[in-house]
Amino acid sequence: MGGISRRGLAAGAAVLAMPAIVRAQPAVLKVGLLLPRSGYLAQAGQSCHRGALVAPRVLADFGMRIEIIDVDFESNVDMARTQAERVINAGAHCIVGPFESGAALAIAQVTEQRKIPFVVNIGAAPQITEQGYQYLVRNFPTGGQLVTNGLALIKDLLAATGAQPKTAVFVHANDTFGTAQRGAMDALYPRAGLPIELLDRIAYDPKAQDLSVEVTKIRALNPDVLLVVTRSADAIKLFRDMVRQRFTPKAIISPGSPGMYDEEFYQALGPLADFAITNLPWANFNAPMTKALEAAYTPANPRYRFAAECFNAGFTFEALLVAADAHKRAGTTDGETLMRAVKATNLAEHVMTGGPIAFDAKGQNPNIVSASVQNRNRTPTVVLPASAATAAPVLPMPGWQGRT
Amino acid sequence: MIMAELLLGVVVQGVMTGLVYGLMALGLSVIFGVIRVVNFAHGEFAVLAMYAAWLAHTQWQLDPILAALPIAAGCFAIGYGLQRGLVSPFVGRAEHEQFILLAGVAMVLLNLLLMGFGPDARPVNLPYALDSYAIGPVILDKARLIVAAVALVMTGAVIGFFRFTRTGTAIRACADNLLGAAVVGLDVKRLYALTFGIGLACVGAAGAMLVTISDASPVLAHGFTLQGFIIVIIGGLGSLGGALLGGVLIGVCEALAGFLWQPSMKSLFSFLLLVAVLALRPQGLLGKRA
Repeated sequence: MGGISRRGLAAGAAVLAMPAIVRAQPAVLKVGLLLPRSGYLAQAGQSCHRGALVAPRVLADFGMRIEIIDVDFESNVDMARTQAERVINAGAHCIVGPFESGAALAIAQVTEQRKIPFVVNIGAAPQITEQGYQYLVRNFPTGGQLVTNGLALIKDLLAATGAQPKTAVFVHANDTFGTAQRGAMDALYPRAGLPIELLDRIAYDPKAQDLSVEVTKIRALNPDVLLVVTRSADAIKLFRDMVRQRFTPKAIISPGSPGMYDEEFYQALGPLADFAITNLPWANFNAPMTKALEAAYTPANPRYRFAAECFNAGFTFEALLVAADAHKRAGTTDGETLMRAVKATNLAEHVMTGGPIAFDAKGQNPNIVSASVQNRNRTPTVVLPASAATAAPVLPMPGWQGRT
Repeated sequence: MIMAELLLGVVVQGVMTGLVYGLMALGLSVIFGVIRVVNFAHGEFAVLAMYAAWLAHTQWQLDPILAALPIAAGCFAIGYGLQRGLVSPFVGRAEHEQFILLAGVAMVLLNLLLMGFGPDARPVNLPYALDSYAIGPVILDKARLIVAAVALVMTGAVIGFFRFTRTGTAIRACADNLLGAAVVGLDVKRLYALTFGIGLACVGAAGAMLVTISDASPVLAHGFTLQGFIIVIIGGLGSLGGALLGGVLIGVCEALAGFLWQPSMKSLFSFLLLVAVLALRPQGLLGKRA
């Protein structure tokens, strides 16, 4: 009986136990990252992509492993749908993206059918979380939340600066996002209690070559405040045409939209970009995870400033964080189990402003808050709320002439 | 009174924009009018010219209006070579074959631009880009005014070339009666190549000047092609004056629609105008009945 030693027995027990250990070790999470890296939303898509590229390294430092499968849907909703199919067939366990609401709705139909979790990084159209999708969560405010927070911050801006504008015109792109924002403005502006009369709402095509007619129309109304929902390319056109037509409103404020804080906007307009205000969620630069992301982002993207990119990069990183964290907790890549873990997310430590990342029954994170970000010396600068502000807001804004 | 002044301003803006549209569409019209090949890579070549103007400005501080001339010459050479090397065998072949060829050229060109310059819009920041003149109640954008004036001169030069030079007359002879032109000994292949070159030169000049108004971006290409088609169909395929007229009509129509209704409905009115022309005068406003 001396054939079996204690060491051999231990080794045999380890071998027998191994399959269970292997089963408990989750495979790397493959995330299909769908972004508009070409087409008319390319600037924002590329910006989101830069945040995603550094995410695996940052997440690894926090003990989470992901592998990204990159897909460009060319700013085309139909392409988003077919690319979602393709990336799932290529082995993606989860989808993250797509920056644009129309594409999000198209992708959701696919992920719902294939029972694959879909974490929306950016996309504000309310219907994304209103259609009962079971495999979708959104870590981004709805258009309604954005506008509610944005309008509340306008009130705070007026109080902080003592400015007393009387009239405003709302100008918006007529894409899915812009139209959703228009709906939210129509519903929420009368109830916001702002002492500013809304004279008109003007929709424009964001792909238009110039916005001179739009600006003539605005000039005819001569509002004190221009409320805008733009993308960066059309925001540039809007500003240029305002300068050419010598129209200077007292304030240009976005109640929650991209465009006026993008690097492209600063490069194209230089000092004319200054003093525009955007009210939207922003990176919390005091959070350790934001610092970790910035530390990884800056050397990887020397041509881009994190301060100007933190919105797109931050929300895309957070969407990947949600997926990676759920995978870590679920210990599997099975779609159904992974989705249960996604819905149970409760991440106190993250990048953007607001409370913990958690999702309500509809898959919406209700804890995101906005900040008032004013362009100062070509840098988006938090001016409200006071607790996060690094500068005081300036209203009314100086005229176009003489800016340096 | 104020409304009338604003309307006048809008119409003037529309005319100026329309003249640039017209020069751009002129290239499409020239090529179709003579070779009977529709250049589906029209918008991509315009964007290529925009990037060339951007490069000329960033590298050598060359004003895009001045750069338009060498860029037009470069586009002429590309067009000449393209016709000789690639398009020529497809002349006279089925239209779908021509379409696939030029759509392929468009795709290659667009993706090369994306690879070379990325998707970000490239602005040309000129000292006068944001200047304007106030003439009474009308505010005229300086860059647009210069571009419109140059577009008008260039269109006149192209029309003059086809009407008053021996080469232009020979090209028109090819367009009117290809067999007859060949019988009298005209070098049709060379004349076709010259025509394609002239067509692309127009697109190149228009594209180069357009960067003073709009940033260079690959996204613009499809829109330019579609707009070019609308303009030449309204003006009359193959009619040079028609391209200019179509451009101005579209410019004014879009401007008025944007001002009087919603700016987001500008394109709708362009298409309505197109439908009306197709229904009432299918050959276009200045086109000849086939």
